[in-house]
Amino acid sequence: MRDFYGTVLDNPMMLGTARFPSPQVMQEAFRQSGASVATVSLRREGGGGEAFREMIRSLGIHVLPNTAGCHSAREAITTAHMAREYFDTDWIKLEVIGDENTLQPDPFGLLEAAKALCADGFKVFPYTTEDQVLAARLVEAGCRVLMPWGAPIGSGQGLNNPYGLRTLRTAFPDIPLVVDAGLGLPSHAAQAMELGYDAILLNTAVAEAQDPVAMARAFGMGAQAGMLAAGAGPMPVREMAQPSTPVIGRAWL
Amino acid sequence: MTDATIIGAGVAGLWAARALLAQGIRPRLVDRTGPPGAHGCSWWAGGMLAPECEGAVAEEPVIRHGRAAADAWAKVTKVTARGSLVLAPARDRADLTAFARRTGGHEMLDTTGIAALEPDLDRRHEAALFFAQEAHLDPRRALADLVAALADDGVQIEHADLTPETVKGPVLDCRGMAARDALPALRAVRGEMVVLRSSEITLTRPIRLLHSRHPLYVVPRENGLLMLGATQVESAHKGGVTARAALELMSTAYALDPRFAEAEIVELGADLRPAFPDNVPRVVQRGNVLHLNGLFRHGYLMAPALARQAAQFLATGQKGDLFHED
Repeated sequence: MRDFYGTVLDNPMMLGTARFPSPQVMQEAFRQSGASVATVSLRREGGGGEAFREMIRSLGIHVLPNTAGCHSAREAITTAHMAREYFDTDWIKLEVIGDENTLQPDPFGLLEAAKALCADGFKVFPYTTEDQVLAARLVEAGCRVLMPWGAPIGSGQGLNNPYGLRTLRTAFPDIPLVVDAGLGLPSHAAQAMELGYDAILLNTAVAEAQDPVAMARAFGMGAQAGMLAAGAGPMPVREMAQPSTPVIGRAWL
Repeated sequence: MTDATIIGAGVAGLWAARALLAQGIRPRLVDRTGPPGAHGCSWWAGGMLAPECEGAVAEEPVIRHGRAAADAWAKVTKVTARGSLVLAPARDRADLTAFARRTGGHEMLDTTGIAALEPDLDRRHEAALFFAQEAHLDPRRALADLVAALADDGVQIEHADLTPETVKGPVLDCRGMAARDALPALRAVRGEMVVLRSSEITLTRPIRLLHSRHPLYVVPRENGLLMLGATQVESAHKGGVTARAALELMSTAYALDPRFAEAEIVELGADLRPAFPDNVPRVVQRGNVLHLNGLFRHGYLMAPALARQAAQFLATGQKGDLFHED
């Protein structure tokens, strides 16, 4: 597995910590999913969220704070500094929202914040679109991970643009890529991993499932299956049927 | 003659006193601030007695015990048993289907069915779930009625700042977040609410709007008051309502019915709900102290059952299912 700023993850699943029915269900979902990274938002909880943050630290996995809810580079940069202080980590999932309806990233604000944070020593995980030019600019700015969306956050639509995601994989063979947002089913997770992605990141599909713990486990298995398949060399897709046992020479009875 | 001391006169403490009396145990009821008021989180509750709806995310004991809450409250205060309605914006219709799958005791209504129940509600809503068995009350009136009922039985709220370790004999610690030092697993979940007054909108039962970003409930109270609730933030910050929370609550209410835009803002309130990791209320026994805590967003739904189990333990030594090993 490719390393994320020098850290090799032992599992390709990253899971968010919002919207679970209770912290207890959240903790069990993390255990069952095998997730190696927990993302957590700071914007709203702020200084008063210490008990919840302690619960996240106690999961014993990597913590990736995010700047969810930020609409400008300035807001995101402030939140990133707060996150570094709270979690004692220089990892930051950078989210700068550009559209209220689709929660699509604002490419200009994202790039501006990424430049500032990379220069400031942060290890930036930018939440971006599948736009290849923007991706190149983010890498130039110092990002060594890219996190294109599968579909709008919380929509559960899966991979809306597999072509774009495949192109990104080809264009950046050495940068760890994570499909972030929009996954609704474990098959979406498998599909992302089959494209050769290095990890998946999701939250709502697990947290808002009727049984979040079972769904977490299912996503973990989906991601594992996809990763295994990508490494196993999938067969080529063909136009014609090809029997798996030869027909010539079969006995005439 | 005192047989047991209750510390904290919020919804849990008041019910504890009532439950002790029912077991023939004489309570001493103390609170560091005195009778219920804006200092306690019971004051800021919505007052929905909606175990089926809460069951969409809450654990099973909350549903089971919650079903008995309306009858328990009806002996003390005015309970309005008109059920509750759950709506979703047309765009989020799938959420209504998912909610129906996760809950019981409901029927699906169309526009005509909704209008029959709430004739004054905006007619744009095409589907709703009706939970006929649910009820609601006015929390502040309910607290006052509980206090009055206890006074009739000779129990007054004593204004005193006690901690459990300074008291001899059985103690029921009902202090909520103030007991955090004794209960390390307890955390605060911030909630924010708005009270509006409208002369235009008449609702007769609680309405929930399933909204993918900002879910909302509206609980009608007397004199045209409508309570909008409530945010749920993993934070122990006890400051005033944020502009964001007020905006979210009020703009979601506006989506429910545009006439909310003309309503008068009567009150904005924020407080902290005490909660355990599974968000289920518990009785935790430590020596002579019973901690009744973690009522989360289920104070009015769960206080009667929690108090009954604590009192039963003092009377018989029997531990109910809400007892949690520490």
